[in-house]
Amino acid sequence: MMRLEQVCRDFQVGDQVVHALDHVDLVIQAGEYISVMGPSGSGKSTLLNLLGLLDRPTSGTYWLSDKDVSALGDSELAEQRQRNIGFIFQSFHLLPRLSALENVELPLVLAGAPPKERRARAREVLDAVGLSARLDHRPDQLSGGERQRVAIGRAIVMRPGVLLADEPTGNLDSKSGDEVIEIIEQLNRDGISLLVVTHDPDIGGRARRHLVMHDGRIVGDERTGLQ
Amino acid sequence: MLARDIARFTLRSVVSHRMRSGLTALGIAVGVTAVVLLTSIGEGLNRYVVEQFTQFGTSTLAINPGKATTFGISPGVLNSVRPLSLEDAEALERAPYVLHSVPAVSGSASVEARGRERTVNVFSVGPEFDQAFKFNVRLGSFLPPDELDRPRAVAVLGATAYEELFGTTNPLNDRIRIGGDRYRVIGVMEPKGDMLGIDLDDTVYIPAASGLMLFNREGLHEIDILYEETAPVDEVVAGISRILMARHGGEDFTITTQQQMLDVLGSILDVLTIGVAALGGISLLVGGVGIFTIMTIAVRERTKEIGLLRAVGAARTRISQLFLGEAMLLAGVGGIAGLAVGFAIVAAVTLAFPAMPARISPLYVVLSEATAVLIGLIAGLLPAHKAAGLEPLEALRTE
Repeated sequence: MMRLEQVCRDFQVGDQVVHALDHVDLVIQAGEYISVMGPSGSGKSTLLNLLGLLDRPTSGTYWLSDKDVSALGDSELAEQRQRNIGFIFQSFHLLPRLSALENVELPLVLAGAPPKERRARAREVLDAVGLSARLDHRPDQLSGGERQRVAIGRAIVMRPGVLLADEPTGNLDSKSGDEVIEIIEQLNRDGISLLVVTHDPDIGGRARRHLVMHDGRIVGDERTGLQ
Repeated sequence: MLARDIARFTLRSVVSHRMRSGLTALGIAVGVTAVVLLTSIGEGLNRYVVEQFTQFGTSTLAINPGKATTFGISPGVLNSVRPLSLEDAEALERAPYVLHSVPAVSGSASVEARGRERTVNVFSVGPEFDQAFKFNVRLGSFLPPDELDRPRAVAVLGATAYEELFGTTNPLNDRIRIGGDRYRVIGVMEPKGDMLGIDLDDTVYIPAASGLMLFNREGLHEIDILYEETAPVDEVVAGISRILMARHGGEDFTITTQQQMLDVLGSILDVLTIGVAALGGISLLVGGVGIFTIMTIAVRERTKEIGLLRAVGAARTRISQLFLGEAMLLAGVGGIAGLAVGFAIVAAVTLAFPAMPARISPLYVVLSEATAVLIGLIAGLLPAHKAAGLEPLEALRTE
């Protein structure tokens, strides 16, 4: 469960202070499927980065699984990201010199998992995203959709509670994009909380809860479909 | 993160830029090769010199006129230096532990024999010279044990001098002329070889008293003492000192033991070796600058990767560790390559020129590799610090 209380995030741009997040209150329950939409500069990426602990609030409090994480130090934040958060980026961010399997293994390597165990786990995850035939391919030998699926594997290999996706289909054709969305929706059905930032109404519309942001505030919060 | 995973990760990054990493490591390799090569030659030279000096045995000492080892104001009566005389040399035969006492005067002189003329080293020495310094006679005999101050006019030829003057004919009982005086040849020595580049065989030996006249000297250049090998050096020196002081009325001579000579030479060579090591150190430093440059570039190129690593759970310290490890790996690999090349060159040199003294010193091998890695560490500090300081979000967004 994630909870934001009166969270602000200000940026200094020249002489001006930009309120990327302006007193945001938000509660996300475990297992939710949320889309965040809104115009450019409305603060949706800032919200996602803040929830993913890549950024810290200027003021306000962020509770992650009943723990106040707004004022943690660098190494504690890194540990929280490692355990609880999975990221999917628009541009994949795979390490070019590592194979698909090694890219997926990376979080486990950083966590100090024993090689045998992590290798098995990485295979399992790549199998789940349909890439068991591409284990030894390097990113430049994979298609865009395949790369994003490797990135999804890397995001879930630590079994985090939350999957944060920032425009996950932004660099993909519609067919690959659909595949990627289907995979992460399947992961959501299996229990992971899913938050997708997108400007594509088709993708945003598939979520069960729709947040709409404008000028750093949440101006819409609707739930649709079966709960 | 497991230690071997850190090693593997850094290795992968280094290997992924083969050319660049190779060139960077080359800078360090050149430095390490230079250190290994130069110190090996220095060390070899050291051994060579020690061997040269100890080929006559280690239980020798030399007495020279004049006081050289202490400073300060000496009382007026002792101010004058009395020359070392043949009698002094004779008296020292009776000093404790002394086996041989050899007076010596040396210089260059022109020698004439059978119409040929040659300038050679003339060693005018006591009759025990050959035994004291283990010189063997090939033909005839060495200088006879005449009374020191009234010797017969006889000469013994060194191997080279003999060949040059007489070829292969029998020289015994022939007359030769040295600086105008006539001498009868009574012996020829076996070849002895070089000492520090001086041909010990291009020599004529005559009695010490004849040398004093030939070179028109009041006193000896030196008295060489051979003492019992098991004797305590301090007591030998004290005994000699006592006798000479009684004869001269003061300490107007200098005793130099073999060990002191070796120490002095050793310290000169040490300075030389440290000097060349410092020279190699400078090339290592230049290599370090190369590593610093390449690591700075690597941090810039891999900013996105750093952001990603941070996003999936790497703390700042881990990032710093990875980049430091990479810098040290570059330097360490360069160092090992440098060692290998250094060893190969030393081996090749030793094979091609067996006379060339070169000997790898393990101390400098360890020291140069450790220095290389240390330089890698230092060169990597700033880039690693920069990498660790990147904000994950900004790093991810970098194009």
